[in-house]
Amino acid sequence: MDTLKGLLESLVRGLGNGSVYALLALGFVIIYKATRVISFAQPAFMICGAVAVSHLAGVTGFYAAVLISVAGVAALALAVERAAIRPMVGRPVFVVAIITLGVDVVLRVIVNGFIGRDVRQVGDPWGFRTVHLAGIGVQQRHLAMLAAAVVVLLAVFAFFRHTRYGLAMRAAAYDQEAALAQGVSVGMVFALSWALAGGLAAIAGTFVGTGQGVDQLTWIIALKALPAIILGGLDSLGGAVAGGLAVGVAESLVQAYQQQLAPWLGQNFAVVSPYVVMLVVLLVRPYGLFGTREVERV
Amino acid sequence: MTGPRTAEAATGSQGPRPAPGVPARRGKRVRRRPLLHTSYGQDMALLDTPAKRRWTLALLAVALLLPYVLVDEMLSLLATAYVAAIGAVGLNIVTGYAGQVSLGHAFFLAIGAYTAAAISGDPDGRVIGLGVTSMLVWLPAAGLAAALAGLLVAPLAVRLRGLYLAVVTLGLVFLGEHVFKEWDHLTGGPGVGRPAAVPELFGVRFDQAGPLGSREQQLYLLMLVLLAVFALGARNLARSRVGRAFAAVRDRDIAAAVMGVDLARYKALAFAISSFYAGCAGALLYTVAGFFDPGSFNLLLSVQFIAMVLIGGVATVSGAIAGALFITLLPRLTRELPALAPFISGDITRTPNVFQVETVLYGLLIIVFLVFEPRGLFGIWVRIRNYWKSWPFSY
Repeated sequence: MDTLKGLLESLVRGLGNGSVYALLALGFVIIYKATRVISFAQPAFMICGAVAVSHLAGVTGFYAAVLISVAGVAALALAVERAAIRPMVGRPVFVVAIITLGVDVVLRVIVNGFIGRDVRQVGDPWGFRTVHLAGIGVQQRHLAMLAAAVVVLLAVFAFFRHTRYGLAMRAAAYDQEAALAQGVSVGMVFALSWALAGGLAAIAGTFVGTGQGVDQLTWIIALKALPAIILGGLDSLGGAVAGGLAVGVAESLVQAYQQQLAPWLGQNFAVVSPYVVMLVVLLVRPYGLFGTREVERV
Repeated sequence: MTGPRTAEAATGSQGPRPAPGVPARRGKRVRRRPLLHTSYGQDMALLDTPAKRRWTLALLAVALLLPYVLVDEMLSLLATAYVAAIGAVGLNIVTGYAGQVSLGHAFFLAIGAYTAAAISGDPDGRVIGLGVTSMLVWLPAAGLAAALAGLLVAPLAVRLRGLYLAVVTLGLVFLGEHVFKEWDHLTGGPGVGRPAAVPELFGVRFDQAGPLGSREQQLYLLMLVLLAVFALGARNLARSRVGRAFAAVRDRDIAAAVMGVDLARYKALAFAISSFYAGCAGALLYTVAGFFDPGSFNLLLSVQFIAMVLIGGVATVSGAIAGALFITLLPRLTRELPALAPFISGDITRTPNVFQVETVLYGLLIIVFLVFEPRGLFGIWVRIRNYWKSWPFSY
């Protein structure tokens, strides 16, 4: 009974963290679908969101702070897109990806100035408190992550399905030239995808900061969304969510059982386990689980 | 990524080639027409114009005289820069010439550094050491160990394209960092570290004062000679059959395959050679400082090498060297900033401090160069050269 309980508890923890990875992964995939670029700037946006909340929560309360921070980071992402990415339209994707890496380095250093040397609390109402559901102890914040992720994901998918702009983004992702010919402003689509990804990263950052707070090394968590998107396939929104959850669960199971089963892998192996999963999956399926296979034409 | 050597690669593979064993016919040089090539050998020559020959010799002479002019601090900085240049030339082989984006350079540097340190380490010390201090042993061993790791990554590289590969190599850096932090018998553990390899050649310890001068002067000369050897190797590779195959894979891999380039083989080869360079650079990189920590092989190190290649100039050896010098000397320049701009602090605990400015500069320079001068420092040099070539009619 105890082992089952432990298993369920780590599954819930994994799903909670996984839903945060899913939000981050969704941001990566949205940008990738619009511009064919992996934006390495997502960690910086995530940490910007978390730090903004941590500064605002004391003034406006937690929930208002999250809204302001999401809007602020989306605006920041828009500015970055306009200043550094738009001039590069038509250049090789690798070059643009490296530019986002540069953006990430610059933004992170600036944000570090606002973090300082200690851990900053984001002022969330959950902390490390737990509730008992059907006998298993679950941290409230993991439930909150899961709930928030479900709401946000439903909103994003509804946006893509039912709005003009969502339709425009899908059209541009499917065939940029055809979309242009139909009167879709592809520049607007680029901007919108960056803003959306920035907002998602800000929400994810806030939830990463719940409980343990934010410090100068928190940004590394955002990179765990990379194995997630590779697992799911770079161009699959559903795949990003599935990949994120899978990475979260895998990480939490490794954290729970690796010390007993394979102690020779060392402490903190859980932190790198998503990358191992990614390598193994890629050897079997080079385009991820749900990605479209690239058709090669000469 | 279309590099400047594309046209050469296209014509080079079809040009008339002298049969092996028969010396290439020496074409006649026409005076004052340095760009008129009258034979294949001339076209593919390493230094194809008299100006290049003279300037290369002059640069080498200056570099050889520097240790007797500069202060020791500058010399050890330059020695580090030369080693970084070896690594950057290596990254340029896989990313610049062969077009396979690798963010995993730090991982291969680490493998080289630890192989060399383990071979030359003190056998009675607290970390693994075999006590073989001869550089003739540990330098090739470090390169080969890293090349082997590169070959292990190659199956992934063959199956993946573009950014998928970038993400996978990024994963390697994280896995490597974990392994090196945990394996403290080899690495000394995070925050502790271990002594670097001992640079000893034919009984001369280059990390002590010796026949060539002080410790810094000796290390400087050693690194300079090694850089010259490795750079020459890369230049030769780039103008060989293999180099042309790399360029073909970079420009259009399907077209290359149609022309008979074995993609799997050449991608694996690019990774192996690049990793060999990285391994050697890693082995040498810390001999100047004498000590290293497993935490230093992180993503930032990979980004620095990417920055060297991009700022210097993609798919050029001289560009990679210029980029490495630039990136390595940058911290020395930013350290002068507090004197000029008093709001920037030299103290790591204050907020706008020089280390933050330095990191921001890496990022900004990458962005600025990619947006405004994609060919990097090499492109700037080409523009200056072309301006003066036709001066005063420079339009």
